[in-house]
Amino acid sequence: MFPRPITQLSGASQTLYKIAVPVALILWLLPLLGVALTSVRPASDLAQGNYFGLPSALAFENYALVFQNTPMLQYMLNSFWVTIPTVIGAITLSCLTGFALAIYRFPSNLILFFMFVAGNFVPFQILMVPVRDLTLSLGMYNTWYGLALFHIAFQTGFCTLFMRNFIKSLPFELIEAARVEGVAEWRIFWFIVIPLMRPAIAALSVLVFTFIWNDFFWATVLTTNASTQPVTAGLSSLNGQWIAQWHLVSAGSILAALPPVLMFFLMQRHFIAGLTLGAVK
Amino acid sequence: MSAFWKANQRRLAPWLFMAPGLAMFLLYVIIPIFQSIWVSFYDWDGLGDARWIGTANYVELIDDDAFYISLKNNVIWLVLYMLAVPAGLMIAIFLNQTISGMRLYKSLFFFPFVISQVVVGLMFSWFYAPNFGLFYNLLEWVTGSGTAILADDRYVTYGIIAAGLWPQIAYVMILYLTGLNNVAPDQVEAARLDGAKGWQMLWYVILPQLRPATFIAVVVTVIGALRSFDLVSIMTNGGPFGSSRVLSFYMYEQALSEYGYRMGYGAAIAVVLFAIMMLFISGFIWKMWRDETER
Repeated sequence: MFPRPITQLSGASQTLYKIAVPVALILWLLPLLGVALTSVRPASDLAQGNYFGLPSALAFENYALVFQNTPMLQYMLNSFWVTIPTVIGAITLSCLTGFALAIYRFPSNLILFFMFVAGNFVPFQILMVPVRDLTLSLGMYNTWYGLALFHIAFQTGFCTLFMRNFIKSLPFELIEAARVEGVAEWRIFWFIVIPLMRPAIAALSVLVFTFIWNDFFWATVLTTNASTQPVTAGLSSLNGQWIAQWHLVSAGSILAALPPVLMFFLMQRHFIAGLTLGAVK
Repeated sequence: MSAFWKANQRRLAPWLFMAPGLAMFLLYVIIPIFQSIWVSFYDWDGLGDARWIGTANYVELIDDDAFYISLKNNVIWLVLYMLAVPAGLMIAIFLNQTISGMRLYKSLFFFPFVISQVVVGLMFSWFYAPNFGLFYNLLEWVTGSGTAILADDRYVTYGIIAAGLWPQIAYVMILYLTGLNNVAPDQVEAARLDGAKGWQMLWYVILPQLRPATFIAVVVTVIGALRSFDLVSIMTNGGPFGSSRVLSFYMYEQALSEYGYRMGYGAAIAVVLFAIMMLFISGFIWKMWRDETER
């Protein structure tokens, strides 16, 4: 193991390490802790200049105010409306493309694979004008499905990379055996490969959920008002209205951050497995 | 029909499996790249008729100060963002122990990456806020006078990059933690018996084994640096006086914001950004291609 396990060192160093880790963590998360604390600070505290001390009372009414006075709830629902169909769509499409690219040998296989990989690295701005135009001409501008369709297509790139590598790591003998038995190709896909892909599907679902929930650029390009805007774009426009009302900005921020954070904690193992794919040989 | 299917199933199947995903990807990603390049030769407000103006948009870029400021900031982003790689490695080494509660500590360290960049931007705006921001006060305490980082054209880009590094370091850290977990213990022990310690051990024994993690860390960091848009938009909206613009933001500003709808000019900026990114992308793809064909 590297570095040398701390348990092999003296008791004093071990204690020192056990103190150093939480201290480092608090310093690392200082911006987050500050905002979390501000989100439950009464407005009167801020007016009196009590920015760092303990809040004089726990003002959960900040959260209530955000829900009552702004379309926050609508923004969050909109985010779910975009995120969930995207997760389902991108995973479905990439199971298919990943299977095709992992199992079959044909001349353009690698070229198509690298097209998916490369497409997924391009800057969003090179797509912006044509995608906005396409969405407008399909009559899907400023709708949740217009935004979701783009996300599905774009995420298919990353998901295909992931799925293809995952299927490639499965034992190919399974498929050969089925073929010898005369099983149809789509049945091999559905009854043999899909059940084995559960961990990959779980990992990608949490990752895509987080990516899409946190997307800001496409939300601002393809949606325009509170009835369709996801929470990232909504929070940005609320930030413009709440000038210096930091207790509200903080409460809104915490709300917007909550769903992906919960997702991460519930599905931690899958999340990290997805993110670190390829980090070890 | 069914005889034909039986004979050709294996040849047709991949295309049928791929058709929906490939069609969507072509429609929304691959074709728009070429359309954007095409649009960059037009003068177009997004609504009326587009007028062919040849390379005029690119000629205009050459004399555009705002373009150079954005380009310069992109270079600063790229260079400073690379700090995420060593910083992430250091934190990963610091945390690669097995004391009780370590799993929770590791996930909490990873937290910033899970949060939206919009929220990260707001958090750091609060952190830097003049008079009451934590960082502002810290600076005042250390140097005697506070600086409003986000309102000062000398520091603003660095302030935003620091905010971007926070989640990026967390991402790199998790890559390296996974990598360290898979370092061959026998090699480490053998090196230890040979007297390798500290830096030597890290450089000659550990880092070579972490190469796949380093490759991914570099890829995601380069892409992340060049994609920077959210933080600039949230924290400063390009200001003060356009000094924190980056190409991605400047493109958006030209093409879609209140400054007017100059789709052609915006597309030209996007093409430049795309060209810069292609330099890196082709490098990555070349390496992945080599790994793939060697196997």
